[in-house]
Amino acid sequence: MDVLLSALAILARWDVVAALAVGSVGGVVIGAIPGVGPAVAIAILLPATFSLDPIVGLTALLGIYGSSMYGGAIPAILINTPGTAVNALTTYEGTPMTKRGKARRALSLAYSASFFGGVFSVVCLILLAPVLAWIAPMFGSREIFLAALLGVILVVLAHRGQVLAAGMLACLGIWLNTVGLEPVQYSKRYTFDQSWLAGGFDLIVVVLGLFALSQAFVLLVEPDKRSKAEAVKGGLFAGFKELAVCRRVAAVASSFGVMMGMIPGVGEFTAQFLSYTYAQRTSRKPEEFGNGSPEGLVASEAANNAVPAAAMIPLLALGIPGEALTAMMLSVFYVHSVVPGPQLFQNQMDFVVALYIALLILNVLVLVFLLHATNSLLKVIEIPTRFLGVAILTLSFVGVYSLRNSAVDCAVAAGFGIFGFILKRLGLPIVPIILGMVLGGIMEAKLRTSMMRVDTPLDFISRPVAFALFLIILAVFASHFWGLWRGRRPTSKVQDG
Amino acid sequence: MQHRAAPEGRPGAAAFAAAFLLISLFLLSQLTAETRFSAGGKLFAQPRFWPAISVAGMSLFGIFHLWSAWKARHGDGLAEATVWLRALEYFVWFMAYVAAVPIGGYLLSTVLFTVLLALRQGYGAVRQLAAAALLGAGIVLVFKTALAVKIPGGALYDWLPSGLRSFMILNF
Repeated sequence: MDVLLSALAILARWDVVAALAVGSVGGVVIGAIPGVGPAVAIAILLPATFSLDPIVGLTALLGIYGSSMYGGAIPAILINTPGTAVNALTTYEGTPMTKRGKARRALSLAYSASFFGGVFSVVCLILLAPVLAWIAPMFGSREIFLAALLGVILVVLAHRGQVLAAGMLACLGIWLNTVGLEPVQYSKRYTFDQSWLAGGFDLIVVVLGLFALSQAFVLLVEPDKRSKAEAVKGGLFAGFKELAVCRRVAAVASSFGVMMGMIPGVGEFTAQFLSYTYAQRTSRKPEEFGNGSPEGLVASEAANNAVPAAAMIPLLALGIPGEALTAMMLSVFYVHSVVPGPQLFQNQMDFVVALYIALLILNVLVLVFLLHATNSLLKVIEIPTRFLGVAILTLSFVGVYSLRNSAVDCAVAAGFGIFGFILKRLGLPIVPIILGMVLGGIMEAKLRTSMMRVDTPLDFISRPVAFALFLIILAVFASHFWGLWRGRRPTSKVQDG
Repeated sequence: MQHRAAPEGRPGAAAFAAAFLLISLFLLSQLTAETRFSAGGKLFAQPRFWPAISVAGMSLFGIFHLWSAWKARHGDGLAEATVWLRALEYFVWFMAYVAAVPIGGYLLSTVLFTVLLALRQGYGAVRQLAAAALLGAGIVLVFKTALAVKIPGGALYDWLPSGLRSFMILNF
């Protein structure tokens, strides 16, 4: 109870409330604009949050992260273009419903399913908090190293069909983290006697280049697109009644979202596809899937929106980000010398609970906003894509230049922007680079610390949690290679990953 | 997880894979020159350990990726490379903007940048250019005036009367 009251006290500040409101509404707007997405917005806003208190900066970023997928459902349903990448499955069911004149029903159902998923995951996290507080102290250096290693392995293997590319890009991320002065012996690594490389590659600069600048280049180079969405007539409350009919699918999809969100490197896509597959297999009308199935829509949206809260668990409990957006948030902690990890759960539980409550409030704020402002939001869908490119390029400057007023940083970011542009053109993943950079640094520090305390390699996994993590890593590899072997048996066609 | 068609067969994929592998092999060749190995120290604590792991991984995955991309290659790689080069134009635009801010100040440079880039993108109507100017001014008002991000004043501000100069440096 004391923790709860203390958490409420943390949130009861005008700047926190303002950050939550701006982040929530801003996230919906950003999510509703195809071609922008939360990663671009968070990358741009990140340096601006460094001057704010950690709770203020984090609630603003959490607001964007947690609400963008609500907004992303709008263009997915109305114009067959997902607002964020993870709304792609929503187009399968939402667009056919719109074509049949049921856009209001689809939007209403998407909002209610998103709200259910978001609230379900926060409630799960609040209930899980005591368990996490009990488990977190069991993670020492070697356990955190193994968890980070598991994160890297999962992020590579989760890119099915792109494992080789994801592997080389994750290694590139790990290498980028090693450039500059080595943290213990202060020897130079890969600086080529260039003073601008002595400090290494700043995570924010790389993130802004790979996410924001690359997206600006994509939008500026590709042909201009203008979309037009028809206004929705009538109220949007009816979805809650229909959600009650699909409550089994909503609950299972949200559970998948929570579970997949907690596992580093996995996230929304897996949760969404598992939920959708489950909904289709257990439906009484499987033939409706792909043609406007309410169950499919609920599965997709509930799973998506259950992930953000769950993704905060590895970040807060272990200091290990599971995907790019939480990796960006990690830098907010570091800037304020707040070290996420077991100590945070032990000593600042009120801070953790405050973040959970903020997530709960943002779901309510977003729902209220969407129920009343959906038609106004349709205006942002109409912004031409090249104009968005101009906006993102201009905003990217603030993000990079405000870090330390360095033109070199801007050139490096723009260089990574070109690299990200090529990756996007080729359909190659960017996330492994960012996670490689972040988790590479964690692995280096933790392996060095933990190896000082072990005599033989077997000692490394002598503790229960370390042994369990080691077994999970083995199981992940076994499962991957078993899948490869089974996949190749019938055709003998060789496919990457 | 990204469920999409394997990208190896896309135009330019093999060229990208080859370039990535070449860079990885170059970095691997520079490992001993660019990193240090302390005699007597533990392997895991060596400054060279993680760079070695990463560049070796880049090279190994890079070889297999190139092999995979080479087998699946099709389409006009040259046309795709031309598109990559077109993005360089905006690299130059961005760097010109970066160079202009310390001279013209954030407000003037940003408004000019958004208007000129909008013109370059084919938005020639007065309404569109006004929207671009508003966008530039809005960004400055939000980030510099309201959020007070650290962007120094321009050299042009030195020509302003002292009171106005301070105001401009502080807000725009």
